[in-house]
Amino acid sequence: MSQFPDSSPPVFAERNYLNTPATGLKSWLTTLDHKRIGVMFLITTLIFFAVGGLFAMLIRIELLTPGPTIMDAMSYNRMFTLHGVVMIFLFMIPAIPSGFGNFLLPIMVGAKDVAFPRLNLLSFYVYLLGALIALGGMIYGGADTGWTFYTPYSTTTTTKVVPILLGAFILGFSSILTGLNFIVTVHTLRAPGITWNKLPLFVWSIYGTSVIQILATPVLGMTLLLVAIEHAFGWGIFDPARGGDPVLFQHFFWFYSHPAVYIMILPAMAVISEVVCAFSRKNIFGYKAVAYSSLGIAFVGFFTWGHHLFTSGQSAFNAGVFGVLSMFVGIFTAIKVFNWVATMYKGSISFKTPFVYFIGFLFFLFFGGMTGVALATVSLDIHWQDTYFVVAHFHFIMVGSTIMAFLAALHYWWPKITGRMYNERWGLVGATLVVSGFVFTFLPQFLLGNEGMPRRYFNYPERFQALNVASTAGASVLGIGFLVILVYILVSLKYGPVAGPNPWGSRGYEWLTPSPPPLENFDELPAFERGPHEYHDLPGVEAVAPGAGSSHA
Amino acid sequence: MHSAVAHHFESLEKQGQAQRLGMWLFLATEVLLFTALFAAYGVYRYLYTDAFSQASRSLETWMGGVNTFVLVTSSFTVAMGLDAVVKGKNRRTGLLFGLSILLGCVFMVLKGFEYRHHFLHAELPGPFYGGPIAGSGGSMFFSLYFLITGLHAFHVLVGMTVLGVIGARTWLGRYGAEHHVPVELAGLYWHLVDLIWIFVFPLIYLI
Repeated sequence: MSQFPDSSPPVFAERNYLNTPATGLKSWLTTLDHKRIGVMFLITTLIFFAVGGLFAMLIRIELLTPGPTIMDAMSYNRMFTLHGVVMIFLFMIPAIPSGFGNFLLPIMVGAKDVAFPRLNLLSFYVYLLGALIALGGMIYGGADTGWTFYTPYSTTTTTKVVPILLGAFILGFSSILTGLNFIVTVHTLRAPGITWNKLPLFVWSIYGTSVIQILATPVLGMTLLLVAIEHAFGWGIFDPARGGDPVLFQHFFWFYSHPAVYIMILPAMAVISEVVCAFSRKNIFGYKAVAYSSLGIAFVGFFTWGHHLFTSGQSAFNAGVFGVLSMFVGIFTAIKVFNWVATMYKGSISFKTPFVYFIGFLFFLFFGGMTGVALATVSLDIHWQDTYFVVAHFHFIMVGSTIMAFLAALHYWWPKITGRMYNERWGLVGATLVVSGFVFTFLPQFLLGNEGMPRRYFNYPERFQALNVASTAGASVLGIGFLVILVYILVSLKYGPVAGPNPWGSRGYEWLTPSPPPLENFDELPAFERGPHEYHDLPGVEAVAPGAGSSHA
Repeated sequence: MHSAVAHHFESLEKQGQAQRLGMWLFLATEVLLFTALFAAYGVYRYLYTDAFSQASRSLETWMGGVNTFVLVTSSFTVAMGLDAVVKGKNRRTGLLFGLSILLGCVFMVLKGFEYRHHFLHAELPGPFYGGPIAGSGGSMFFSLYFLITGLHAFHVLVGMTVLGVIGARTWLGRYGAEHHVPVELAGLYWHLVDLIWIFVFPLIYLI
């Protein structure tokens, strides 16, 4: 990137949020600075990601052979439950919004902090509290219900469901507080010059996420509380043996948990919209389409929950309506995909690590998205319901895409957060391992599911073994990839070259301030005259754009 | 600049704007929290129509009615309190908020008598139900009855605490004519607690 005229020798900002006002542990734990809170969220969610990943590895090892391999059936049930709970509630929902969102959103709107810094810190501690209670329940015995807590099994099982339910209930408050904070920040703290249509696309998508967090989470909270009460006191609200309606639970659960999928994917799309511009050196194609489709996904996401109940006894009419509504999400997502691809067209692409993850993201989103449209078709879903096809689908779309975006964000904003660069060569090695490992883990699961292997089963017939072994082998590559990333990222903290304010030559607002940013984000507030994705007036770009940098010359 | 302005806001007015928006969003989450219970009530009322209307008729409608009146009156006194602080009459706001808390106490005491009645007649949730209604309908009604009114009563208690703290601070002069957003927000919360009751009352007692 050194060919860009505005890059003087990089400097590490002397006075930054990492050393102001103090550096001690206490100054971190009591901080009200959104950047520090964001970093604390990132570290904690990454720890839980490692825990959830460990559970995933154990599941895959267990499934190497039919019958018991390293654990008994009950431990296996606990293992996949914990994997789901940890990954969803402790990693994927908070990681990008509460981690990167906290760090970046106020900077991107030109604010000194989020609207309610104390609530922001509270959100972190509420998250910790919820996590510890859930974790306590896991250590104390764990649950065997799957992360979906379907009744009546979840209200009658003897495993420790209640602490895990309460943990998830408490985690919901953290999610609500953060979402509320972001919405108010975007509405009231935008700097002069940043109008709604000059907001970075990251902010638009996080805004859509926040709307879902606020409107859906209370319903889940209430539902989990009801299940906990029922489990503890036997009230019978969802238990058919006591007059309850278990399908009502499914409606309530998915009213939150389907939009929750968009709590995971919208922030991923937020990251991708930033990365694609920065590494294609092109204006975003169709700014408004990308921005408003985020709100479209947030809105339609509330009316699709019934597609989880195709085989639960809802009427054929309902199933049809929910099926069609679910496909609307595909339309909004396709709008984004086309715009991202069009952004690359005739751009001057630099194939750095974040861009590799962007390509991985597109691939996974496409695969996961198209199988999602297929699953939304009622007649096809009858065949695939509760098979590994569904497992592969949601791992591609919400795990694959979200992790791609998370890693893209980690690499893209690493110099901003830490002030130092990671090693690009090792970055590419890590990206290759993770992307290929992911494909090898989950592609076989599509085939397994299509042949009829049900999800969450401990045992399976001989003929499924080859594909299961392939999947486990892929998971090992994936695991090694993450370890590689962990190592070079940690090394770069101490030995990485100093990045300077804008190592990528990006036009995003957050790159206008030194790295790491000062306590109040900007030493002097910029005028924000141009948009955050405008590359056409960049010196040197015109010379490149007509084709010199692309293969179409 | 006013001393109550946090460092990241440019003015008291901007800060007030943010706080109001934050409160409205919070109220939206509260509404959705209750909506889940209302939806469950609707579903089970449909499944157990006769049992639910029988159970509903057995409630003391006059007590619910008096409580509705009490709560609406308390909302009125809170609104008057806000009006007073805007005009700079702090002490009056403190008194009016105190009066609202008293009305909240009346509500809780009446609710307590109703609960006592239910306990004495074994009109309790789930397996503890020993009332006259056969089948699962009666126990289901009282499960939802205790969940909804219990959650609402909890909100009344929280609201009374909020009114107490904010009322006392207003009395002491922390808030005044130019800085009264927290008073307004406390009022908003109390109004929401009332509003929820206005939905709970017909749902449980009347229809």
